[in-house]
Amino acid sequence: MKKIIFAAAFAAFSTSAMAANTDAGKYQSVLGDCEGCHGKNLAGGVVLTTPFGKMVTPNITPDKDTGIGNYSAEDFRQAMKAGLAPGGKLLYPAMPYPSYARMSDGDVAALWEYLKTVKPVKNQVNVNQLNFPFNLRFAMRGWNMLFFGPAPYANNPGKSAAWNRGAYLVSGAGHCGACHTPKNPFGADKAAALTGAALQGWFAPDLTSDAGAGLGSWSQADIVEYLQAGRNNHSMASGPMAEAVENSTSKINDADLKAIAVYLKDLPASRGNGGGATGIEAQMKSGAVLYDISCAACHDRNGKGSLIFPPLAGNPTVRQVRADSIVRMVLAGGKGAATAKAPTGPGMPSFAWRLSDNQVADILTYVRNNWGNRAPAVSPETVGRIRSALHSGS
Amino acid sequence: MLPRKDAVIIGLGWTGAILAQQLTEAGLNVVAIERGPWRDTSTDFNVAYIQDELRYAVRKDLFLQPSVEAMTMRNSAAQTAMPMRDYGSFLPGNGVGGAGVHWNGHTWRFWDSDFSIKSHLTQRYGAAKIKNLQLQDWGVTWNEIEHSFDAFEYLAGISGKAGNLKGQTQPGGNPFESARSREYPNPPMKMSYAPTLFAQTMSGIGYHPFPTPSANLSQSYVNTLGIRMGQCSYCGFCERFACGNYSKASPQTTILPVLMKKPNFEARTECEVLKVNLTPDGKHARSVTYLDANGVEVEQPGDIVAICAYGLMNVRMMLLSKIGTQYDPATGAGTVGRNYCYQTNSAARMFFEGKHFNPFIGAGTLGQSMDDFNGDAFDHSKLDFVGGAGINCVVSNGRPIGNRPTVPGSPRWGAKWKQATVDGYQNAMGFSSQGSSYPVRENYLDLDPTYTDRHGRPLLRVTFDFPDNDIAMSHYVSDQMEKMTKPFNAKVATVSRIKKGWDSVPYQSTHNTGGAVMGADPKTSAVNKYLQSWDVPNVFVVGASAFAHNAGLNPTGTVGALAYWAAQAITTQYIKNPGALVQA
Repeated sequence: MKKIIFAAAFAAFSTSAMAANTDAGKYQSVLGDCEGCHGKNLAGGVVLTTPFGKMVTPNITPDKDTGIGNYSAEDFRQAMKAGLAPGGKLLYPAMPYPSYARMSDGDVAALWEYLKTVKPVKNQVNVNQLNFPFNLRFAMRGWNMLFFGPAPYANNPGKSAAWNRGAYLVSGAGHCGACHTPKNPFGADKAAALTGAALQGWFAPDLTSDAGAGLGSWSQADIVEYLQAGRNNHSMASGPMAEAVENSTSKINDADLKAIAVYLKDLPASRGNGGGATGIEAQMKSGAVLYDISCAACHDRNGKGSLIFPPLAGNPTVRQVRADSIVRMVLAGGKGAATAKAPTGPGMPSFAWRLSDNQVADILTYVRNNWGNRAPAVSPETVGRIRSALHSGS
Repeated sequence: MLPRKDAVIIGLGWTGAILAQQLTEAGLNVVAIERGPWRDTSTDFNVAYIQDELRYAVRKDLFLQPSVEAMTMRNSAAQTAMPMRDYGSFLPGNGVGGAGVHWNGHTWRFWDSDFSIKSHLTQRYGAAKIKNLQLQDWGVTWNEIEHSFDAFEYLAGISGKAGNLKGQTQPGGNPFESARSREYPNPPMKMSYAPTLFAQTMSGIGYHPFPTPSANLSQSYVNTLGIRMGQCSYCGFCERFACGNYSKASPQTTILPVLMKKPNFEARTECEVLKVNLTPDGKHARSVTYLDANGVEVEQPGDIVAICAYGLMNVRMMLLSKIGTQYDPATGAGTVGRNYCYQTNSAARMFFEGKHFNPFIGAGTLGQSMDDFNGDAFDHSKLDFVGGAGINCVVSNGRPIGNRPTVPGSPRWGAKWKQATVDGYQNAMGFSSQGSSYPVRENYLDLDPTYTDRHGRPLLRVTFDFPDNDIAMSHYVSDQMEKMTKPFNAKVATVSRIKKGWDSVPYQSTHNTGGAVMGADPKTSAVNKYLQSWDVPNVFVVGASAFAHNAGLNPTGTVGALAYWAAQAITTQYIKNPGALVQA
């Protein structure tokens, strides 16, 4: 009898210790937004469109046949931090192991503890659907030699603890650079970290302190609010960032969001968006009329937005060097992030059927160069290219 | 047979969405089963084409089509009811959001004297005054339900001006409204010329105009669920249209963004409930049967069934499911179908010269109202009727197909007609009376003995004509309206008069009330004061079907309040102790 009670007590203790580690690991999965690529149930099958072809994300549930149920803790650590699967198989850096390499072994171990507890799902995925020659995995050996220097995050003693925590999260588990850092022709990060990049038909904005395209005019509190709620008085998350906010940043704790804000506000300004355009008088005139007809009812005649609709004046999304995101928004519409703090998730309707390429170009050139905004003009050719891409479904 | 749910809600319009929100908040597992399609603002109410008047106003794209569900109609039991070819006199909604999608947004509270109408009128005028009417108290008092009105108004962000704050009359508001606990959540809309002129002129002759309480928002707003709404752009495409700007309160703009994210809520669209299934003794609902989008018959068990369709369909669902007993106008026995009421309206139209009313600056509820001749705001002791009408000067739209007022006597076609519409567009303004509709023994709802729907179920039969009391009331109000047009000094002024013989073809009002009325006596009401069926206590029937009579006020505010009121009874009383909340 005594023995049984003791055993039960031990079981209870070990369960709660495991639960604590599992919670810590679950938080790492939130930071890394595993769901974003591997799906709500982590069983993979999500198609990622890359410049090199299609990749389908693998099953990372503990299913032994189709998931990672046969991994050891060390196998998992190698995959996360070295891009190596069991048997020496090389991962593609669409899995952001160059970022995850900066995570501490403790955080990776906690994540592994959590992944062992999720429900196993049988789902066979054919991951590699890349074009030749990128479908040849061994090529990644060369890529790794050229572009991958696995190094854990090193504390910068000249900066505050919050700054270091922010840098660790942004460059590590958060893998913000995967979208926001420009890539070279081989898909590796360029040196200009977090200065904005085009991918999957969107333009992930400049996160540096540049006053035009970046977050120069945002306070730390603005950044925290944006990541937590999906909106603030300057902008609203939509497209892939809306997913990142809903799955990940809205669930990050306040201290970590504050740390991220401290770090981002300290990033040196980028070279900006090239400033305003010249010779756009005709586009500005036409754009002003079209804006009043099609846009002002929600975004306000002075671009100030409202409690529900994002402003366009001073909104960094509008002022990026490339206009892909806003062209796409006008043509295809989109939906804002919906979070516990801001549950509305208002939608932008599609205007593709009633605005020509010229009209979209005029409206957006006007929006990008009015109310204090300065950014390069948008050409009808750019709009046409994005319209065709949307039609072909890429 | 599917896994059991704590609550099954039939219909996902205003009442279904409010119940679902409140019940899921209390932890219940809820499914809403909706006959029509899923609809959301940016994808279905695209601002770039939602102003398509031909598609939405003329061809009625958002409304229930008679091929899905029709009704038969007649003026008296002596006639044979005939099925309609098209919905005309009233236009029920269809799909998620229901009529809450296409309404104008007039958001009134019925008065304390409405909830106790029989007691009130008997005390003031004696029982003989109302002997020909089937008026009855609602079983709920003003003080009990006031906070439910407040909950709905703060959910929907209603724009208005209080006229009676805790018993203190407020300048600029409606002095005849019942005491409210606090101010409206948003200030009134900005007025255009016609309602401004109306208010000035009516104040000038001693009446009490005030801004019509509006669900078209005067400013952007964060509601009680944290959902954000936009400011109305005065585009004039409210009634028959959905709002593309998130600025007209609807389930989509006020509840669904929160509700749809809840793990304990599920909405099934394009699923038509055929009936509620009762246990063999007929005293307990065990499930509902519905046809899914593929026509497959599905049974969904549930502990609570809330019938939250349009009021008329609520009554039909009860009759098809044998919940309660059919009302018999010959004997007065039975309750389901009893006290069906409508609305008793007339309109004043004035034509001027050299004015610019700019009716394209419009909104469903952009206007001024006065209640000097509504309800029992005026003394009826020397009059041969009870009841009254709200007078509303609302510039809902200046739409090009439907809004072409011409001076009486103008040609009906050709160049001169075109010129008359050009003159009339800027020079016409009007105001209308929305009159009460009081119950009489012979107006009622039942199942048609001949005609059936596409599933072979009997259609609802509507037996209705305007009662003599209401005709007298409306004519009295039309007389007042004629006097009211005088100080405008219009070139031409006309006032319409209601006639006996309700015609189901021309549009009049989608304010069909009663048929499953609430009350304190199970002999005269189908549901108790909590909208719970007297006969099958795990069924709640929520909507304007519960109105024991109709007032001279739009019903949605009271419908919303009743939904909160019923939800509160379920969450605070019923789930702790399932069973009849009021002993019969």
